Amino acid sequence: MIDKTVASTRAAVADIADGATVMIGGFGTAGMPSELIDALIEHGARDLTIVNNNAGNGEIGLAALLKAKRVRKIICSFPRQTDSYVFDALYHAGEIELELVPQGNLAERIRAAGAGIGAFFTPTAYGTPLAEGKETRVINGRGYVLEYPIKADFALIKAEKGDRWGNLVYRKTARNFGPIMASAAKCAIAQVRKVVALGELDPEVIVTPGIFVQRVVEIDVPDELSTPQAAA
Amino acid sequence: MKRYTRDQMAARVARDIPEGAYVNLGIGLPTMVANHLPREREIFLHSENGLLGMGPAPAAGSEDPDLINAGKQPVTLLTGGAYFHHADSFAMMRGGHLDFCVLGAFQVSASGDLANWHTGAANAIPAVGGAMDLAIGAKRVFVMMDHQTKGGESKIVAHCTYPLTGVKCVNRIYTDLAVIDVTPEGLVVVETVDGLAFDELARITGVPLRRSDMHRDSVLSST
Repeated sequence: MIDKTVASTRAAVADIADGATVMIGGFGTAGMPSELIDALIEHGARDLTIVNNNAGNGEIGLAALLKAKRVRKIICSFPRQTDSYVFDALYHAGEIELELVPQGNLAERIRAAGAGIGAFFTPTAYGTPLAEGKETRVINGRGYVLEYPIKADFALIKAEKGDRWGNLVYRKTARNFGPIMASAAKCAIAQVRKVVALGELDPEVIVTPGIFVQRVVEIDVPDELSTPQAAA
Repeated sequence: MKRYTRDQMAARVARDIPEGAYVNLGIGLPTMVANHLPREREIFLHSENGLLGMGPAPAAGSEDPDLINAGKQPVTLLTGGAYFHHADSFAMMRGGHLDFCVLGAFQVSASGDLANWHTGAANAIPAVGGAMDLAIGAKRVFVMMDHQTKGGESKIVAHCTYPLTGVKCVNRIYTDLAVIDVTPEGLVVVETVDGLAFDELARITGVPLRRSDMHRDSVLSST
């Protein structure tokens, strides 16, 4: 019997090695897998490369991981936010490397990794500083930039429900990077509010099929802060 | 000199968005356009974090942290709206499916280059988000900005001095003084604010402007 559920967040992240590339889902705090990140901090892996849209908010989740100085490099589109002071300080101190990627290129590079694409030409950022040093080509009169996939050793994502085969459904805009990050990592770990029995998720509406997911962890204490209306 | 208020600018942009349009409103000033879209007009608002059919802000107390817009503020979903992941969301832009986007700007050049993501200051942390994808993705790109900096310099320039967001991507500029189209023949003034003569606008702007055949002064006072 195949059972991808894991008993604890600690067990789920136990084999994340120093130097790993880890994708972390979420847009701001919507969809951020905070409990998995907390477990990663406790686990202690360092020298990580993190892929996320942002660079942490306040001192929770990704910001806490940065504050613990476990991150060597971050690949993201929008690090600077009103409450990104942890990242801001590390950046100004030269203690973290930043690869800034336009948001759609970030999403497509992740998607491309999951889809087995070697590289792709995109019009986004053509003629701008973020295309400097990159190969370009004019196709049918329009300028494009060559971008390469972003692959990861692990993806930590948050979904609403999952089953023991790893099928997932999400909640509202917390979906954001979850499905593509799951496909782009060698090992995708999903924290879910509820693990349901096989067959309970309507096959017509499963968003991430289990082939992309290796581990599922139920966060049994309802996270009142992140989903106050999940039970409604 | 009379200037359009921010609400008047937003109302003016809203007038140009027809029923059935798929529209992305950028963070900041462009967000105000939503307040001026007529209720009887069905318009699909897109938010790049993954929803179509975005509704207004929720009532106090019913915010849902899983339902936010690109500015990470709580929003609602209209009946018929949909959620999707990031790669699909940006395919909607890059793939040319979005009819309009409205963006703020530091500068727009006479050829429609846009600079709106980075001041280039040495100590500034660069952050780009979806600005570059929106700039090249939407079928029509509208910019909404003050005509001049606080120091009185024109934000419409011959060549952008700030780092570019996109090349030759802006179609129309809405400022607190005028509405200006970017055309292959140059900048064409569609309207000016009440009492502002074309020649005075041209002097303030400092790059060549042409008068539109459709040009009228004080359009807002007539609506």
